[in-house]
Amino acid sequence: MAVKSVIEAVREGMFEEMCRDPDVFLLGEDVGPRGGVFLASQGFYEEFGRDRIIDTPLAEASIVGIALGAAYKGMRPIAEIQFSDFIWPAANQLIGEAGRVCYGTNGNLSVPLVVRVPYGGGIRGGLFHSQNVESYFFHTPGLKVVAPSTPFDAKGLLKSAIRDNNPVVFVEHKKTYRMVRGEVPDDDYVLPLGVADVKRAGSGVTVVSYGLMVHYCLEAAEALSGEGVDVEVVDLRTLKPLDVDTILDSVRKTGRVLIVHEDNITGGVGAEVAARIASGAFDYLDAPIGRLCGPDVPTMPFASSLEEAYMPSTESIASELRNLAAY
Amino acid sequence: MARVSRAPSTETALPTKHKQLGLSDDEILGIYNKLVLIRAIEERIWALNRQGKVPIAASSQGHEAAQLGSLTAAQKDGSCFLFPYYRDVALKIAVGLEPEQVMRSFMGKVGDPYSGGRQFPFQGADLPHKIIQISNVVSAGVTQATGYALAGKLKHEETVVLCYFGEGGSSQGEVHEAMNFAGVHNLPIVYICENNRYAISVPQNRQMAVGNVADRAESYGFRGVVVDGMDFFASLQATSDAILHARSQGPILLEMKVERFMPHTTDDDDRRYRPSNEVETARQQDPVLTIADYLKVHGILTDEQLDSMRNEAQEKVDEATDSAEAAPPPDASTIHDHLFAS
Repeated sequence: MAVKSVIEAVREGMFEEMCRDPDVFLLGEDVGPRGGVFLASQGFYEEFGRDRIIDTPLAEASIVGIALGAAYKGMRPIAEIQFSDFIWPAANQLIGEAGRVCYGTNGNLSVPLVVRVPYGGGIRGGLFHSQNVESYFFHTPGLKVVAPSTPFDAKGLLKSAIRDNNPVVFVEHKKTYRMVRGEVPDDDYVLPLGVADVKRAGSGVTVVSYGLMVHYCLEAAEALSGEGVDVEVVDLRTLKPLDVDTILDSVRKTGRVLIVHEDNITGGVGAEVAARIASGAFDYLDAPIGRLCGPDVPTMPFASSLEEAYMPSTESIASELRNLAAY
Repeated sequence: MARVSRAPSTETALPTKHKQLGLSDDEILGIYNKLVLIRAIEERIWALNRQGKVPIAASSQGHEAAQLGSLTAAQKDGSCFLFPYYRDVALKIAVGLEPEQVMRSFMGKVGDPYSGGRQFPFQGADLPHKIIQISNVVSAGVTQATGYALAGKLKHEETVVLCYFGEGGSSQGEVHEAMNFAGVHNLPIVYICENNRYAISVPQNRQMAVGNVADRAESYGFRGVVVDGMDFFASLQATSDAILHARSQGPILLEMKVERFMPHTTDDDDRRYRPSNEVETARQQDPVLTIADYLKVHGILTDEQLDSMRNEAQEKVDEATDSAEAAPPPDASTIHDHLFAS
């Protein structure tokens, strides 16, 4: 198995699906000769041509609306939103329309659509290039939301998302694109949507996370292992459908849980996870459910001091885990 | 400037307009018969709303010539797919729904062909008749229709998309985005703006600074055509031409100038904002009257036939109303069904 970065895994996943199925095509801003601003589609234009790699005008609502309409006709569009921060003009097409097509036609019409969304901070992106947008779509019935953390997961989940017959919002943490590397099989493989992954087994404290934060949680778990605290790291991978069973199994084992995400704390994915634990594993809890999340400010500010103050870190996660273990 | 499309005038046209447009006497009579039935259905729906049996309805009264003319063009073509909007009631009935299906949709009963009672009437999809209209967020379907046309082109199909919206909906930013994209990619799509000059209560001069929505087409690199949407034949002719144009050359925008005879919906009171005689004057162009006159002049319809046509329509509407009223609503246990496709 070759070691690859997240962006390489995303690129491979798309490339293989485009080779496999002529109905798959990519549209978005600068996805053509430029290969996407993060180079997710580098070389695609040359390989697949301009009918299947469509550089769109700079207009996000129509990127998603046009993709949606193409999906009605049985195509499997991948729409790239250049930065998650730019997705709001397309919010109606996703939240208002795509998520209601199957339900609102009584099952007569389905939407095999993937919207790829580079998101997240820690890259000095300021208020408009750092946002976590996943909770808005997490709240929306009819949409699936996937948030991988590793190259292996990114490729396997993206391939599943492309083959899925429902609208999938596929969020890719920008900071993981080149920072996170890992083994990726050369052969065709898919990972099922809706299944979390225990990235590190442990018996003392559970930490539930997704995306970039999974890696900080793993580092924190390593740091604590020398202190006799055995941390289990659950990577949600798919936010919706949420794999409640894996979360509850872990919490029933450890009795202590910390939920970590970069997104704002209020109404974030962690709030739902906490509620599910409270109702599904209350009798097993030895400590209050902890949450370490982004504060309720409009994503991370530009200045390095303020950005650091926003982001959960390996140190702050370790500190919270330490407190939970000692409770 | 947009061109103006007119049907051949009655005085000089020999043979008759409908024959020039490829319709036999039986065909034009069949279309008129449908129009009579549609009007009877729409009037009944309005009454049922007042009786508390239909929660909400929009009416196509005044738009029927534009809708049936463009639909007839699409049907004669045979390779069109339709993205109508909420006021396209006549169109959605005329594609081939039974009156009872119509009533079930308006009452939210099992058997509603569009959404099984999950949505407002006639919203969702009627795929057997090649229709999609997911929502009534105005013009949200316009980018989707454009994407459908793109997919047809990518699949090398003959499909031409007819995409409908009102002049009110034409103010939405997504309409600009959609037409711009269609222009860039020369997509096989006919944009049909049914301009009744009112966005609920807001008159056209408060919606736009131009006289014709069709004038905007030029800025997207394609043609805009103003059509007399009160004239069935003009609407048919213009749409037939537009379908051929869309298939061979790319997008085109038809602006059908129509009249809205009824308030915006059953929840609206247009006396608050429309001059008292405006609708009365507009009704002189009612296609239910003008097409009847045309058919009578050409000896295709007699007064007796018209009477029996109306009676038959009323009987059908009575039956449809009774059976739809007796039909069950969707079972509450189905509320979670079809959230996702398998």
